[in-house]
Amino acid sequence: MESSWIKFVPDAASSMAGKVDALYFYLSGVTLFFSLLIFGVLIFFVIKYRRRTPFEIPRPIAGSHKLEMLWSVIPFMIAMSIFVWGAQVYFEQARNPKGTSEIYVVGKQWMWKIQHSTGQREINALHVPVGRKIRLIMTSEDAIHSFYIPAFRIKRDVLPGRYTDQWFEATKTGTYHLFCAEYCGMNHSGMIGSVVVMGPSEFDDWLSGNASQLAPAVAGQQLYQSLGCVSCHGANGEGGRGPELAGLFGKQVVLNTGQTLKADEAYFRESVLNPQAKIVSGFGPIMPTFQGQVSEEQLLQLMAFIKSIRIVNPQPSTAGPGPAAAASATRSTANPPAPPVRTGSPAGR
Amino acid sequence: MESFEVPAPSKVNYLNAQYGLKSWLLTRDHKRIALLYLGSVSLFFFIGGIYAMLIRLELLTPQSDLLSPTTYNKTFTQHGIIMIFFFLIPSIPATLGNFLVPMMIGAKDLAFPRINLLSWYIYIVAGIITLYALIAGGVDTGWTFYAPYSTTFSNSYVVLTGLGIFINGFSSILTGLNFIVTIHTMRAPGMTWFRMPLFLWAIYATSLIFILGTPVIAITVLLLAFERVARIGIFDPAIGGDPVLFQHLFWFYSHPAVYIMILPGMGVISELIANFSRKNIFGYSFVAFSSLAIAVFGFLVWGHHMFVSGQSVYASMIFSVLSFAVAIPSAVKVFNWTATLYRGSISYDTPMLYALGFIGLFTIGGMTGLFLASIAVDLHVTDTYFVVAHFHYIMVGGTLLAYLGGLHYWWPKISGRMYPEGWGRFSALVVFVGFNLTFLPQFVAGYLGMPRRYAAYPPEFQVFNVLSTAGASILGFGLLIPLIYLVWSMRYGKHAEANPWHLPGLEWRTPSPPPTENFPLTPIVTWEAYEFAPPEEMKIVGRVHRGQPLEGADTPVGGHS
Repeated sequence: MESSWIKFVPDAASSMAGKVDALYFYLSGVTLFFSLLIFGVLIFFVIKYRRRTPFEIPRPIAGSHKLEMLWSVIPFMIAMSIFVWGAQVYFEQARNPKGTSEIYVVGKQWMWKIQHSTGQREINALHVPVGRKIRLIMTSEDAIHSFYIPAFRIKRDVLPGRYTDQWFEATKTGTYHLFCAEYCGMNHSGMIGSVVVMGPSEFDDWLSGNASQLAPAVAGQQLYQSLGCVSCHGANGEGGRGPELAGLFGKQVVLNTGQTLKADEAYFRESVLNPQAKIVSGFGPIMPTFQGQVSEEQLLQLMAFIKSIRIVNPQPSTAGPGPAAAASATRSTANPPAPPVRTGSPAGR
Repeated sequence: MESFEVPAPSKVNYLNAQYGLKSWLLTRDHKRIALLYLGSVSLFFFIGGIYAMLIRLELLTPQSDLLSPTTYNKTFTQHGIIMIFFFLIPSIPATLGNFLVPMMIGAKDLAFPRINLLSWYIYIVAGIITLYALIAGGVDTGWTFYAPYSTTFSNSYVVLTGLGIFINGFSSILTGLNFIVTIHTMRAPGMTWFRMPLFLWAIYATSLIFILGTPVIAITVLLLAFERVARIGIFDPAIGGDPVLFQHLFWFYSHPAVYIMILPGMGVISELIANFSRKNIFGYSFVAFSSLAIAVFGFLVWGHHMFVSGQSVYASMIFSVLSFAVAIPSAVKVFNWTATLYRGSISYDTPMLYALGFIGLFTIGGMTGLFLASIAVDLHVTDTYFVVAHFHYIMVGGTLLAYLGGLHYWWPKISGRMYPEGWGRFSALVVFVGFNLTFLPQFVAGYLGMPRRYAAYPPEFQVFNVLSTAGASILGFGLLIPLIYLVWSMRYGKHAEANPWHLPGLEWRTPSPPPTENFPLTPIVTWEAYEFAPPEEMKIVGRVHRGQPLEGADTPVGGHS
């Protein structure tokens, strides 16, 4: 942290921080300009046209359509320039870039529980490497929380019952604040921690140094066995009485209602907790709910496992969107830290 | 001069027409009901102010030492609930609005005097329930009551407080209904819509929001109570609800409620600026219609409170662009007020000082709203002290200053006494300085990342909090002065003339304090709003002039034969 006595802008330690600050400076400039303009004119008029005799009656002035147009249109144009700029930066922030590595975050009163894809768990701390794009997948066990890292200029509510996500790329090593920004009860102001941004090799050392826990995907595979998912979805997610799960994420799924949707985290979550909500075309409503049987963290582990199983050697000619088309492909379980490459996946999907 | 005299005004006025507690508690006189509101609203402001001081004292040091986190959470919650639902929302409409709507249009009373009294009783019942909840143990959800914290996890008097807010809503609805009907049906002959003082346009727009918006908060609170008491899953995902739904419902009312709080203030400022510079408002119709535009657009921007909540990217974009759009009518008002001063005859009386302070602070409050409408910046500063500073600039720098300015301006009419001008100017200055010192540092603390609703905070933010607490002490002191001298003036103040400021508005053409029936005869209005004339013309009480050019005025009054 810098040592100046009063700072006006926090540390800028992410790829987005500079862009948000630039917009902030523009807004500050506009604010300063208009405030000074109005104060200046106000003070000038108040002094120049002060009352000189008790009962003077100044000449009435009706108004001016030209001026009204002028001072409606110019502020509107300036407002729209801010909107467009703000929207551009926001789009960049809202769209997840390719090639992110995932970290799972579970908020609960009043702590942040974090698990890396290699299995490290942290509480109220988040270690990340500099220069790599990270995507946080977050959920809450109780009230709404909000994951806030001022130095990265990011904040995202963490809600119970659903996933929210947030990506960032740290650009500067150091230790920064992590806050809960949505009021969540008694010890809300204690739900804070630190974000440690490390050099890439340092981070890799840190990752391999503390790997006492099972990687989420491995833990997820054990859950997949013990919860009995295998009996319908197959030992390696090849499908059976239930739809195929290998290579599921990102794929278009056709439902028995004729609807199509993209398989994402929210779809996965709903399918485990409320399987009757959306049924894949060609399958029956036979899956029981797992509501109350899996914790938020176990759900994330299951998800990590499903994401890790993928098709290694499909037959390109037969590969299609339906579960049957890919059924003959061989599958394997990949080791989680490997980059999530879907080998041989048809480009058109 | 085609005018006629009425019997000399008697010494009987609305204050001394009847005596005794019963004559007040059963009154149907809008002016007495306004005073009942003035007393009760001031009491709630005082309670809310004590909570504010506790918050500022706790935040003087980074640790949670003066108050435990639980007590602190209850303190800021109760500060918000009291100030918003029991002070800011009723303040200007129910006191100044109640007193002035009939007087400004030349009517004897509101359309429904009994319903008016009922509104006050509903407000009092709601207030007592809420105060009981606070004394019994308090509530710790924040004034926003976000579910599922409020429905499932909070261990405090949520339902009882909610009941108070639910009941209070009916008071707002009835007051709004009363104003709308009165303004539509009871304007004196010649008081056309475009001759109305701009305060009435603002009150009319506010009343529209009262009756359209308030039912939604009632529904929201009811659903919250259903879930909390009966565990019917509406908001809590653990029982099948949707927590974002709560935020949509809550802000669908609570964003327009911001305009309930600021629009009447804008109306007061239009009066003060015009009357203390003796100029008709520059662009009257633009100022009038901007009030309605704000009331309408105000219903379409609630989603800007939810940019980080997980609502869709496209919803956020639309709410963002609409939020920028709603800034324009507010800007139009500020420019028109400023232009009104041009070539005016500006006095530096206390109400005008408050009005000038309002324009300055509202400008800053409004401009910082653009930061929050801009999604990329909002993601960083929402739920930080930046937001706290922004809305206090609107609510305190705006509404409270307008309320104080209006109270001083109409005090001679309300009480029949003058307030001490020197003390008035002094306290206006102290309030202005104290306010800025309190809230300006919070913009910086917010951008640096200090989250709101924190009982303890990292020590690097302490310098801003020390400044804020120092400012709050000055502000509190500045607010105590008028409390003392206004009460003092009711007994010892100089007697006020009927028209001490020499103004054309109808409320100044009747004695101070006015008789119970307001005007001895129904006035016939032949002049435009803010049409200034020499004092001997405007002092006339109960006398009606028709079609005569007023000496000294450049435009002839009225147009008919």
